[in-house]
Amino acid sequence: MTLAQAFLEALESLSGNKLRSGLTVLGIVIGVAAVIAMLAVGNGAQASITGSITSIGTNLLFVFRGSPESQQQGPGGGGSGNNDRPLTLADAEAISDPFAAPSVESVAPAIQGNGTISFAGKNSTTTISGVTPDYSVVRNLELAEGEFINQEHMLGRMSVVVLGPEAADTIFGRHDGVVGETIRIEGQPFRVIGVLVARGGGAFGSEDGEAYIPFTTAQARLLKRNSRDEVDILFVQATTAESVPQAADEIANILRQRHRTPIGDDDFTVFTQQDFLQTFEAITGVLTIFLGGIAGISLLVGGIGIMNIMLVSVTERTREIGLRKALGARRRDIVIQFLTESSLLSLIGGIIGIIFGWLISFAVGQIAAANDTAFVPIVGADAVVLATVFSAAVGLFFGIYPANRAASLEPVEALRYE
Amino acid sequence: MDWVIEARDLRKVYKMGEVEVEALRGVSFNIQRGEVVAIMGPSGSGKSTLMNTLGCLDRPTSGEYVLDGEAVASLKDDQLADIRNRKVGFVFQSFNLLSRQTAITNVELPLRYSTSTKYLGNSKGRREQAIQSLKAVGLADRMTHRPFELSGGQQQRVAIARAIVNNPAIIMADEPTGNLDSKVGKEIMNLLLNLNKESGTTLIIITHDPVIAEQTRRVIRLRDGLLDGGS
Repeated sequence: MTLAQAFLEALESLSGNKLRSGLTVLGIVIGVAAVIAMLAVGNGAQASITGSITSIGTNLLFVFRGSPESQQQGPGGGGSGNNDRPLTLADAEAISDPFAAPSVESVAPAIQGNGTISFAGKNSTTTISGVTPDYSVVRNLELAEGEFINQEHMLGRMSVVVLGPEAADTIFGRHDGVVGETIRIEGQPFRVIGVLVARGGGAFGSEDGEAYIPFTTAQARLLKRNSRDEVDILFVQATTAESVPQAADEIANILRQRHRTPIGDDDFTVFTQQDFLQTFEAITGVLTIFLGGIAGISLLVGGIGIMNIMLVSVTERTREIGLRKALGARRRDIVIQFLTESSLLSLIGGIIGIIFGWLISFAVGQIAAANDTAFVPIVGADAVVLATVFSAAVGLFFGIYPANRAASLEPVEALRYE
Repeated sequence: MDWVIEARDLRKVYKMGEVEVEALRGVSFNIQRGEVVAIMGPSGSGKSTLMNTLGCLDRPTSGEYVLDGEAVASLKDDQLADIRNRKVGFVFQSFNLLSRQTAITNVELPLRYSTSTKYLGNSKGRREQAIQSLKAVGLADRMTHRPFELSGGQQQRVAIARAIVNNPAIIMADEPTGNLDSKVGKEIMNLLLNLNKESGTTLIIITHDPVIAEQTRRVIRLRDGLLDGGS
């Protein structure tokens, strides 16, 4: 018997028992749809995170205090309680030296802490950053209105603040026309001189809710550090995205010299966007595999469902199998007949599942869009191919046992079966 | 002589747990090509076992069996399947038609399993052969009917068409009229005998109905796994 005949007979046989075939297929449909949707969500999450990291600027580097090992507890967390020398303004100065570090475009030191901002009785706790004018250049900030902190604010240690749009929304209920208002930070009055354009999630979460004040003001009045020139973090802009690794080396060399640390025992960490990308890709990769694995289990359950139904079908059709054997069907013919049926079942399930999974992904994307989240699930061709191959393989695999059982029936016994 | 069946000392032992049951205890006979033979005997006489052995559905435990010039007693399963496909046409008491398939598809079924180049991948050739078979049993006008749309007699005619579609050496009919009333049964018997007359296909009928046996030229009687008298 040729495969084309076997295919037609399997189709006839399956359509002769529509409800049962439909229910059996359902298991595979759910499994494949779950695989497709989970992989799409995982890929979408990865793309969304890498996209937002890239949007910060691929030529950005971060320098933290503390060794890379201590940073594993969380970037920015390295601080007091150890013998690491803090980063200083002088370090920033040295790094911005174009001769010592030709790959560095500019450096923006910052100190950060949490504080309460309030206006007319509404208050909110957020991150307060003490920054220099270069910060807006290094971080590529855009102002929706007003101006950023300038040298004059720095020199005068003036009580001025630039708000992120979310921070403005929280205490004003709006983020336009607030320039000139006076808010309180930790009880002290600050005049709002500018509001930033929203930019969404970043490497440290959304930075739209932060408040920025002059570095000198923060140092003197809000975020006191042990010494006058101590900083928490250096934002460094490399000349180009390609020169980032070079810039990282230059920075490390300068800091090792200045901190007198031997190689391999750094008391600082240079983190690049590439590092972030790799970290997040690793995390989302694990997430995707995890989700896909769970979805794969449901595919497995679907396969067992197919095996179950095929076994019932073999028992029910014992007489038919006996007859076919009496008429000259060889072992192979019977195996092919049942394998074709089980593969067809799971393949149909796979195709419907792909469509369903795509619809689910689409719906998730729509829901995300409705909630203003920049998250688009991606149904990749690889996921579709994987699901198709896998579902057909499930049908084949779980069909082997019932098919063999059918093929090894003795014709005499099978014909006598009632 | 032109023997189509040569059986020498056929024995068949079934193991029922610890107990061995001897269903055939050394049966020998020949059947000539074109003969009409009835195999009779009370239940438990080894009649069914003999039929299964002659029809190549089962192998004898010992003994020799030559069907249409081929020794089949020790062939493997798939080789037996091929022998059945080429040399044996089965007619069963309960018709054994595929209920979801049309008459013509049922008749075509043995050809689908044929390894002959005449039918392999030649669906048109198979169809034509099936149509001829159905015409031979007088069912040319019922070709696309399904079994449940046919009377019992018509269903058995479809089964007979299926049995002769491969031009077999022998037709094994197991109580072919057992599920039919006497009038229709007579028609079916006449059809089988006519087919034998026209095409010369050897016809072996397993029955316990003496009326049927009277219509055959020769009767093989079995008792307790042995031939009983006039073979």
